[in-house]
Amino acid sequence: MSSLLAAASFDVPTIEYGQLSPMLIIFGVAVLSLLVEAFAPRGSRRPIQLVLVFAGLAAAFAAVVMIRGTQHIAAMGSVAVDGPALFMQGAILVLAFIAALVMAERQVDPLGDAFAPRASALPGSTDEIAFTRLGWLQTEVWPLFLFSVGGMLLFPASADLLTMFVALEVVSLPLYIMAGLARRRRLLSQEAALKYFVLGAFSSAFFLYGTALFYGYAGSVDLSAISDALTANAGSMWLVITATGLVSVGLLFKIGAVPFHQWTPDVYQGSPTPVTGFMAACTKIAAFGALLRIMYVALGGIRWDWRPMMYVIAALTMIVGTLFALTQTDMKRMLAYSSIAQAGFMLVGVIATNQAGLSGTMVYLVAYGIATIGAFAIVTLVRDSTGEASHLSQWAGLGRKAPIVASAFALFLLAFAGIPLTSGFTGKFAVFTAGIAGGATPVVIIGLVASAVAAFFYVRVIVLMFFNEPTSDDGVSVVVPSGFTTLAITISVALTLVIGLVPQLILDLANQAGLFIR
Amino acid sequence: MNPANYLYLSAILFSLGAVGVLVRRNAIVMFMCVELMLNACNLAFVSFARINGNLDGQVIAFFVMVVAAAEVVVGLAIIMTIFRTRRSASVDEANLLKY
Repeated sequence: MSSLLAAASFDVPTIEYGQLSPMLIIFGVAVLSLLVEAFAPRGSRRPIQLVLVFAGLAAAFAAVVMIRGTQHIAAMGSVAVDGPALFMQGAILVLAFIAALVMAERQVDPLGDAFAPRASALPGSTDEIAFTRLGWLQTEVWPLFLFSVGGMLLFPASADLLTMFVALEVVSLPLYIMAGLARRRRLLSQEAALKYFVLGAFSSAFFLYGTALFYGYAGSVDLSAISDALTANAGSMWLVITATGLVSVGLLFKIGAVPFHQWTPDVYQGSPTPVTGFMAACTKIAAFGALLRIMYVALGGIRWDWRPMMYVIAALTMIVGTLFALTQTDMKRMLAYSSIAQAGFMLVGVIATNQAGLSGTMVYLVAYGIATIGAFAIVTLVRDSTGEASHLSQWAGLGRKAPIVASAFALFLLAFAGIPLTSGFTGKFAVFTAGIAGGATPVVIIGLVASAVAAFFYVRVIVLMFFNEPTSDDGVSVVVPSGFTTLAITISVALTLVIGLVPQLILDLANQAGLFIR
Repeated sequence: MNPANYLYLSAILFSLGAVGVLVRRNAIVMFMCVELMLNACNLAFVSFARINGNLDGQVIAFFVMVVAAAEVVVGLAIIMTIFRTRRSASVDEANLLKY
């Protein structure tokens, strides 16, 4: 112990506030938003919250643009501010902006918005009925949203495993609550929150035990220190293999890769739809950012040991996601299984372990995120008297009832399927070429077959919307939303087309991001 | 005493917690098992801190405690709402979402 005490000379830590400003802005705004919830009168909360949220996201995005080109490990080795981290932070902020537009919608549901007036009131109780009749609407979702976004910014930028674990929890804890806030079908929503919470906590415990084993192996939780220890080949290899496995379980759970995907369909279906779009798009970017950083920075030296495991997981994810999506009858569940299959395609880029794999995965994440938020925004518009009409049969003939909305949805489905001239093709092409260059040809072949099968169920929905007669008496209609959702869908359509038609813009941006710093 | 023994203990506790989450059906008990897993991680961190001869692991243990406390707040709130709605904390009865 004496050596420990002797070494304890105290260095004043240096914090690079400028380089951390995107995260600091979002967390600062989140705290303000919490204070607004506590002190502002009920009527004025919504306008204040909306100004805070949109101004905060825009300011954080401006900060990301200002510090572009930085290559530095800030906050005493805890936060890596480098090209890929900034690219993913920018992407998360743009997608969070679009998702916030969908969450701010208050015209689609005649009772108010998508969120329960009081999440604590029992479903169906007199309290709840009274709150609904009084027209009470809650704004508590905004601080939760902002804290979650802040965690997402930190997650892909974490340079050590402890920061990554804390970021993982900051992302997840607000999302567990948001999953349980739906106004309609509250039992489903609460069940989704319970499942998400129990499985999420379970998987983050695995992540933490893996972190402990890495600490035991390298004597530090810094990603670069782990990499150095692996190069020096000190300590026992079984410790590293076990630690890699445990940490991967935690991250693959967040990504929704098979066999850790069981929560995905349930949580996506039960959560309020605007929240589903947010978490499907943004959580995936953040978690893939963290996975890429661990695999490329810390474990790049032993890629021959973890690649076989990832081969199997990527192949299983693509196959299981595609096959289960074929059999779904609920729109949100189908999109959930489709997002599992998409995670499999993105894992091909992780396996590639080269620069093309990194930039390809980032492009794919952006393309997928935009189309996902747009698709879920459209799901909120198709309604009958009991709320969202998410059964596939209720979507029959939607092209006749609302041609514009149905066309936008068709565009997003084509993007998921990876049809040329949409963003999905750009992403798939980038990831698959990187995979072949990285020597993962068998997985790419499985990916191509899976994409072909997946195209079938996407096109099936398009056929259902445009070539089937609408059932006349089901009461399903497409609601005309306010400017918020309209703007969100318009931005998503525009970006999907731009990335598809002029892919060079985003490919250049992702290539300029370069590699992770060590 | 050999510090490696504490590592074996932490591995056993972690496995007990993991098995508990998988086999128990009461949400509260499952949640307690998750906490057991987190505390097994803490034991591993402090044992490794002793073995490696630096203080990082002890500091990390404090971070983990704070995160675990935050998780308790959110987790118990979710389990409470489910319990008040269904008068049961059994995860087998929360079965509306499937296939």
